[in-house]
Amino acid sequence: MRLGRPGLISDYATDTAIFRSNVARFWFLVLLVATVVLGLGGSIPLGFMTLSLDGEATFYLITTLFAAIAAIGLNLVTGVAGQVSLGHAFFLGVGGFTAAVLGGLGETRRVFDLASGDFVEQVLLFGFELDMLIWLPAAGLMAALAGLIVAPVAFRLRGLYLAVVTLGLVFLGEHLFREWDVVSGGVGVGRPTPPLSLLGFRFDQPSEVLGMTLDRQKKLFLLGFVLLLIFGLAAKNLMRSKIGRALSAIRDRDLAASMMGIDLSRYKTVAFVISSFFAGVAGALIYTVIGRILPESFNLLLSVEYIAMILIGGVATVSGAVMGAAFITFLPLIVRTLAGFPLFGFISTSPGGGFPTVAHIEEILFGLLIVVFLIFEPLGLYGIWIRIRNYWKAWPFSY
Amino acid sequence: MTQLIQTLINGVSLAAIYALVAVGFVIIFKSTQVLNFAQPALLLLGALWVTYFTTVVGINFWVSLIIAIALSAATGVFVERTALRPMVGKPIFAVAIMTIGLNTMLTVFALAGLGIDLRPIGEPWGLKTIEFAGFVIAQRQVAALVTAVVLTSALLVFFKYSRMGLAMRAAAFDQEVALTQGVSVAAVFALSWALSAVFAMFGGVFVGAGVGIDRTAAVTALKALPVVIVGGLDSIGGALVGALIIGIAETLTSTYQQQFLPQLGTGFAQVVPYLVMFVVLLVRPTGLFGTEEVERV
Repeated sequence: MRLGRPGLISDYATDTAIFRSNVARFWFLVLLVATVVLGLGGSIPLGFMTLSLDGEATFYLITTLFAAIAAIGLNLVTGVAGQVSLGHAFFLGVGGFTAAVLGGLGETRRVFDLASGDFVEQVLLFGFELDMLIWLPAAGLMAALAGLIVAPVAFRLRGLYLAVVTLGLVFLGEHLFREWDVVSGGVGVGRPTPPLSLLGFRFDQPSEVLGMTLDRQKKLFLLGFVLLLIFGLAAKNLMRSKIGRALSAIRDRDLAASMMGIDLSRYKTVAFVISSFFAGVAGALIYTVIGRILPESFNLLLSVEYIAMILIGGVATVSGAVMGAAFITFLPLIVRTLAGFPLFGFISTSPGGGFPTVAHIEEILFGLLIVVFLIFEPLGLYGIWIRIRNYWKAWPFSY
Repeated sequence: MTQLIQTLINGVSLAAIYALVAVGFVIIFKSTQVLNFAQPALLLLGALWVTYFTTVVGINFWVSLIIAIALSAATGVFVERTALRPMVGKPIFAVAIMTIGLNTMLTVFALAGLGIDLRPIGEPWGLKTIEFAGFVIAQRQVAALVTAVVLTSALLVFFKYSRMGLAMRAAAFDQEVALTQGVSVAAVFALSWALSAVFAMFGGVFVGAGVGIDRTAAVTALKALPVVIVGGLDSIGGALVGALIIGIAETLTSTYQQQFLPQLGTGFAQVVPYLVMFVVLLVRPTGLFGTEEVERV
């Protein structure tokens, strides 16, 4: 019926469908198959280059998958519900350290106690060595709980006051992580991330699965991909449900929304809690790629990175958040590659080199991209993609 | 008792620095409805100009100060023209987030100019102190307080009596109406950014006075955010009261917390401004002196 007129949407069910057309379904399937092939160690020839999962890019790719989960979470509260949150780093940290405490190894030291004159066990690091089945959901739930505690302050406030309060949250959280060293390991030291062992199956060690030998990176990649798929679909479904509609209404005009009977404080709390849950799960996993979690990494810059992800990717879309996460995560690699070209010879690659170094360019680009996207393409990469698609849809009669 | 009064004196002088930066936030917010997250970068850049002329070029502090005022104002106007002007009429969040992007960019330039070591400001006060009734007061503390009082009073007089000040108040009240009355809103925007950058520069000078300036100075500007929020985003008087509350709360904590509540960890005073902000906002969601938002349905 809609053959040849994919843009025509004439009923509500089509409008809210996850895939609007079979074409979208087809490409999603292609992406799915390609990713699984990649994850299982295959390579995909693309004519001019061959895609495969090894080398430096893999590290960034895996980080992207986990970061995308957190970005989708932030997009729910900031993109869909319109509540600007600069506190995402805090929720990532809560998730990360909850996971590290529940799943990680504890550490104790025998010290001489002056009062009793005996040796006593002093706890250096809390650790309960639980299974991933417990610590992964717990990380999300703990972050969600933190979100629930913050929400009463958040839903009373509007606009910029909320942005500054969540910014304050990051500073308070950073102080907490820095000082509570039995949990976080202390500044500059941190603690190892928990082993990724799901009911005895190790994601962080090479092993044989269904007759294929998979190394650590491939397993992490597949884990990240499956989780991203689950969380992405969950977010997509949430957006098209009653809750999603209520949140969009709040974003568009909160007063009008409350006139229509939408309970503002309830839905804002829901948005914060769900978004924090996403952040908590992501925070528990992102640092397992590096293997170490540091208390000082959960600072304002991290929050700004996530804001940049959803801005550059596309506000209030799941695919936009994923694109943005990929873009920001790959930015260091992109800048380093650029520095290799003679045209960009002025970028010095050694950290001690003169201005501008790779790190400088990275940060400048980071700020510049936020500014440029806000001025020229508020819909982000997603908007650019829509424009390119529309151009070719009407080709050669596009204008 | 002596320690308490000494702490209060330190608190007031810290408040003077916060007030300088906070007034910068308020000027921009009142006239353009933008919360300027780029204030930390403006503070660093301002301090950078001063130390550049005093230490690298090697000229007199006061001359450097005047050049730095001009350069800071120019920076403010430049930022407003290039980045903020295209955003007029866009949602306030978009603009606020854009200033975060600006802050990231400008900070890189400022820090590249400053280098990684502590740079002396080159001010005449140094670490000299005066003794008054048994209390030791650093000259730079007095200078900060005097500067804050003089500059803020000058600003209030400017708003109240000058033609441009009237125009700025009109634009803050209603941009469109002001425009129809012949006020150049563009000039108002430019001037607010220039003024704000200059206030931030003075904040930077006093953050660095005596000890020198490095990247950590930007943290002071970020702590001025709770100050404006406590006082209310659109009230200069509120910013001053907020600065006093936060400045004194912070110095009291840094003096007594290690003694009474060491469990809270070292450097707890640094996050006290944010705690005070949480408490105030729980009671009054628009700060102590902020205008409550009235919405029409």
